[in-house]
Amino acid sequence: MREPRKEDLIEGATGPWEIVLGLEVHAQVASKAKLFSGASTEFGAEPNTQVSFVDAAMPGMLPVINWYCVEQAVRTGLGLKAQINLRSVFDRKNYFYPDLPQGYQISQFKYPVVGEGVIVIDLPGQRSVSVGIERLHLEQDAGKSLHDQDPSNSFVDLNRSGVALMEIVSRPDMRSAEEAQAYVRKLRTILRYLGTCDGNMDEGSLRADVNVSVRRIGAELGTRCEIKNVNSIRFIGQAIEYEARRQIDVLEDGGVITQETRLFDPRAGETRSMRSKEEAHDYRYFPDPDLLPLVLTQNQVDAIAASLPELPDEKKARFISAYGLSPYDATVLVAERAPADFYEAVAKGRDPKLAANWVTGDFFAALAREGFTIETSPVSAEALGQLIDLIVDGTISGRIAKQVFEKMFKDGRDPAKIVEEEGLRQVTDLSAIEASIDAVIAANPDKAAQAKDKPNLAGWFVGQVMKTTSGKANPQVVNEILLRKLGISSAG
Amino acid sequence: MSVDQNTVRRIARLARIAVTQEELAPLAGELSGILAWVEQLNGLDTTGVEPMTSAVAMSLKSREDVITSGNLQAEVTRNAPLSEDGFFVVPKVVE
Repeated sequence: MREPRKEDLIEGATGPWEIVLGLEVHAQVASKAKLFSGASTEFGAEPNTQVSFVDAAMPGMLPVINWYCVEQAVRTGLGLKAQINLRSVFDRKNYFYPDLPQGYQISQFKYPVVGEGVIVIDLPGQRSVSVGIERLHLEQDAGKSLHDQDPSNSFVDLNRSGVALMEIVSRPDMRSAEEAQAYVRKLRTILRYLGTCDGNMDEGSLRADVNVSVRRIGAELGTRCEIKNVNSIRFIGQAIEYEARRQIDVLEDGGVITQETRLFDPRAGETRSMRSKEEAHDYRYFPDPDLLPLVLTQNQVDAIAASLPELPDEKKARFISAYGLSPYDATVLVAERAPADFYEAVAKGRDPKLAANWVTGDFFAALAREGFTIETSPVSAEALGQLIDLIVDGTISGRIAKQVFEKMFKDGRDPAKIVEEEGLRQVTDLSAIEASIDAVIAANPDKAAQAKDKPNLAGWFVGQVMKTTSGKANPQVVNEILLRKLGISSAG
Repeated sequence: MSVDQNTVRRIARLARIAVTQEELAPLAGELSGILAWVEQLNGLDTTGVEPMTSAVAMSLKSREDVITSGNLQAEVTRNAPLSEDGFFVVPKVVE
């Protein structure tokens, strides 16, 4: 039982309320073919061109399971530190809807392939929360209905029908919209590390149903409402904030919450009841007679376990202990595999903190600004490493390095080449630096006279000298000589 | 276990089968009879007997992750009462 945090509580008219959240995430398995047919799962095809006779539920067609999808479910389960069930069963979940030609969805009800696991979510202020995973099961996706093409008809595309989904059900362990968002982000990161789902929320590869209830502190769980198919992390936050507030208003007005399915309307920023008639759901689950139980051997599971990559939590811990990075930098770097790998390539044989500063600082900023990804970056890890080497060996100053970096990013040239071709080598010749300093002091006799009493002026002089040397003088050397010439004790 | 008329009406609705008021009573009787007949199996002691999942000893057949079907738009929509631009067209079902 978690102690509620003050900042997570919502103040109502009659006192504070606690939000309780559980999520059901549908993650599309990154497979080429569907769960029980050989039709393609490629996104964005012409309507009904990726529909086999199995997906269209033609009479007599039988489902045959795609073993790759089974392996991805197991792999995901292992990544969630979850129990793998060597025997699981496919059931039929019966309901009628035009985008479900079979009249039932093949899912796993009583015996899912993956049992209990856990996800540790990272929150601001180095806070972390363990969210329990109740289960993960394999099921078919439905087709897609379009309602805005025609005033009196709906259009149905079955391309998505039968695509493999992993439904990942959390325990009601989250207490704020921020935690729910962090949960989805972390789950997405893990799925992407594992390569079992591309995590693309825009294309619907990752969708969340959010269960929201509110209660008085320490009270029993309240009645929950389920907000269906929220398809962005931002909307998840908005939907939760709205729904919690709505429930509190109903309860404080003396009303009761009825368990129901609601829809989030991003344009209005509100949730709405999806079914006017309260028809209790009765899915009449029963084992699918077309499919035998799904049986795995421990050897198969062990082989998958042996192929797991280093996961974000472990990578983060290693970055902190092996490289001495701050938890914040480590969290930023491990959010995706590509930047983590990029960072490690830059840091290899170099000062790891300096490498982290460059990767998370100028490099990430340039990628974001120019619309590049790690994969399309014009600056390779090797080139960025060479740039850092030039700073460390004193060839260029940190300030010039920033200029060199921008040039590297623009035309992909080698840092050493840029430094040579553009004459950016740091001036270490003391007499040259001294000459520049003398010139600046001679040009500003008033300020030089004041500097004895106002040591802060030294900074201004450093700036002037750097300007006259186009930033190529070693700023430390400039500072030392300046202090001496201006008669300021170096402690000042 | 016996089935009353309300249960028959509910099951018929869930299965989208039209059942008239007059049919409810006879159907309730027939379904109750079928259930009573099957219930005789409860008289057997099945302690320690594994649930049967197949008449023949065999394991789940599987396929590889290879695309083997598709581009059947015309065939797939051929039986539909209405289709347009490759879509199935159905009466509006917005909730």
